[in-house]
Amino acid sequence: MIEILDILVSENFWAASLRIATPLIFGVIGALICERAGVLNLGIEGIFTAGAMAGWMAVWLGAGLWGGVLVAALAGGLFGLLHAILTVPLGLSQHVSGIGVTLFATSLSYFIYRTALPDVSSPPRIEAFQPLDIPTLSDLPFIGPALFQQTSLTFLALILVLATSYVLYRTPLGLAIQAVGDNPSAVESQGLSVYALRMGAVVVGSSIMALGGAFLTMSAFDAFFFGMVNGRGWICIALTVFASWRPGKALIGALLFGAFDAFQVRLQTEVGSFIPGQVFLMMPYILSIIALIVVARKADYPRALLVPYFRGQR
Amino acid sequence: MAPPAIDAPVLLRLEGITKRFGALTANGDVSLDLRQGEILALLGENGAGKTTLMNILFGHYVADEGQVLVLGSHGALEELEPGSPHAALDAGIGMVHQHFTLAENLSAFDNILLGTEPLSAIKSARLPARKKLDELMERSGLAVNLDTRISNLSVGEKQRVEILKALYRDARVLVLDEPTAVLTPQESETLFATLTKLAGDGLGIIFISHKLAEVMASSHRVAVLRGGRKVADLPTEGSSQRQLAELMVGHEISETVREPGTPGAPLFVLTGVAAGHGRDAISDVSLDLRAGEILGIAGVSGNGQTTLARVISGLETVSAGILMLEGDELGQVSARQMIDIGLARIPEDRHHDGIVGAMTVSENLAIEGIRKPENQRFGMLRFSAMRDRAKDLIEAYDIRCQSEASPARLLSGGNIQKIVLARTLETEPKVVLAAQPSRGLDVGATSDVHKRLLAARARGAGVILISEDLDELMRLSDRIAVIHRGHLSQAEPTEDLDRSKLGLRMAGHDGEEAA
Repeated sequence: MIEILDILVSENFWAASLRIATPLIFGVIGALICERAGVLNLGIEGIFTAGAMAGWMAVWLGAGLWGGVLVAALAGGLFGLLHAILTVPLGLSQHVSGIGVTLFATSLSYFIYRTALPDVSSPPRIEAFQPLDIPTLSDLPFIGPALFQQTSLTFLALILVLATSYVLYRTPLGLAIQAVGDNPSAVESQGLSVYALRMGAVVVGSSIMALGGAFLTMSAFDAFFFGMVNGRGWICIALTVFASWRPGKALIGALLFGAFDAFQVRLQTEVGSFIPGQVFLMMPYILSIIALIVVARKADYPRALLVPYFRGQR
Repeated sequence: MAPPAIDAPVLLRLEGITKRFGALTANGDVSLDLRQGEILALLGENGAGKTTLMNILFGHYVADEGQVLVLGSHGALEELEPGSPHAALDAGIGMVHQHFTLAENLSAFDNILLGTEPLSAIKSARLPARKKLDELMERSGLAVNLDTRISNLSVGEKQRVEILKALYRDARVLVLDEPTAVLTPQESETLFATLTKLAGDGLGIIFISHKLAEVMASSHRVAVLRGGRKVADLPTEGSSQRQLAELMVGHEISETVREPGTPGAPLFVLTGVAAGHGRDAISDVSLDLRAGEILGIAGVSGNGQTTLARVISGLETVSAGILMLEGDELGQVSARQMIDIGLARIPEDRHHDGIVGAMTVSENLAIEGIRKPENQRFGMLRFSAMRDRAKDLIEAYDIRCQSEASPARLLSGGNIQKIVLARTLETEPKVVLAAQPSRGLDVGATSDVHKRLLAARARGAGVILISEDLDELMRLSDRIAVIHRGHLSQAEPTEDLDRSKLGLRMAGHDGEEAA
């Protein structure tokens, strides 16, 4: 028990939780925007990979760090556009198209990486984002190192949560997105374009997802590895349900998952001698399944999620 | 009702509208005028092209030929851009669809505002909008709690939100597609009172309907569509229900009349039955059906009649109460057993529960008697015998289909209902359960259904008729009970009841107090 308390009061546990949560925040906010408009985006895992590769490669080729972030967002947006075209005007199965986008984006990223760097044995490194030093806040005891020594991308993720919340609940655009995910004919009968709203949401949502990938290669690490996304995209899809498609709850879900993950790493070093390490690795996933079972039964699904819309057909 | 002045300006003109879907001509050369302050009823059977015509007007479809003209700001008729709901809204055309176009997850207020503000706006301008809406509600008498989520509103309230949506956009023409299909009689009366008031204020109103009574009561002019063509356009005053019905159907129709009957012994009795859960649960339901009578059950849908029908069909387990047939208590019975002891089930959702769409007409006709010797021998189906029987039934029940081998899903709703009738009534059942048997059917098919039910009654069967259509209930039933929130009232002889008494009870008021 003492060991567990030790972990919980250590400032670097909290710092790690927030760091691990950051890519998930990007991912879940992106997924939430797509799904609020009625489109499930299972391309997320591949879009993470594409964002990670594109952002890193842009910087490696000489772009600035923020230039890299922009390139990552663009790459995500392009794959989002592909998914949007397939699922919105063409009305294909969102599951099939999403899995296709994931396979395509992942393979294309690996292919470009291998083509650009045919014979490197260890991945080249870039100068990644450094933790921000915010005057006074970062120097506070405990809270400073726990919360305020993060890179700019973490703060960008937190700002995005607020911005998404505002847009979704306070602006005409947000209302239209909520409406198109519930009943597209409500949107059409009020003279708005269902296709434009849905495609826009998928492209923007995918760009935000890609930032989660960029965080991995440009902040958490400083290089691109195969398999580095490692299921984070799928976790985001589950977290979206957990969050009932609300940005605030999405943030809480991502932080909880980050905390579980940070906790298991530390617990492993404390008591790892007699419990196999794999048990700890499974823990966050088992907990997210349990959380989903508890929450998702009464989840308030966007009613038009997965339902393609064709004009003049009701 | 006083029609608008003859010199009232024409607000809207349809000119030679033609729309084809493949080989089918949904609208053929339809022209129509609507004047300011006028209520025009667009009357026609299902498939006559009413909804298609209005969808062209509102820009959901593009017409193959013809054009829509709207009174412009310069006082002249201008052509409306085809295929754009946005342009229709801008031109002052508001449409209330039969299936509401509301986002259930937003408030009434949000739904009304949706699309009225530029999407690039940083903030929604709520206060002025609120003020305008409050004034509108005051003026039109359409009261809605604006802050309630749509999912928590009643059907009548949702419809008021739809009308407010149009008025908020300064609509000059209001189109309503089958507006009373989902309302109680009282709600319908309120609606038409509102429409009359709005027309008095200068709005042009078109409502689509196939109910003659409301067309006669609430319109200035009637346009009748049949087979996609306009067959008549006449002032309501001076026309008769019979004349309109014949125009709509295209031939003379004989009214179904219920001969006075002599009900026999109690046949099928429910005592204190409770079942289901949630909104559609029923509790302490008792009814006694006698041989040779039709027992009507009135109620707005969603008040437990679906559960009641499922209980009677043997599809739902009862949590309390007993069912008795001819004096014998039935225990827990399955749907199969109910059919075997003589129940004919005409299900509410005939497409989903009445037929198997992918199977042929003859298979669907045989499906309930699939274990009988005429349909199978040693566990092998006798397809040719089934087909022969199907041919006879198609003939006897006038089922319009290409052949007995065509898939049942290709048939129209009325013909699907005829398959159900043929299958269930041909076995001479003791009890007939007819749930919403004429919902969505046109005049011709409805009259067929009614004749069949009356024939079953004359033969001595007991018929339970669950319906929302008061005219149908009053015309066919010997006695009527009302179901509201899962409770069934005592059945009373139809002669002692009238529409307003029933309507009040359907809305949950006790008949005696309010009458």
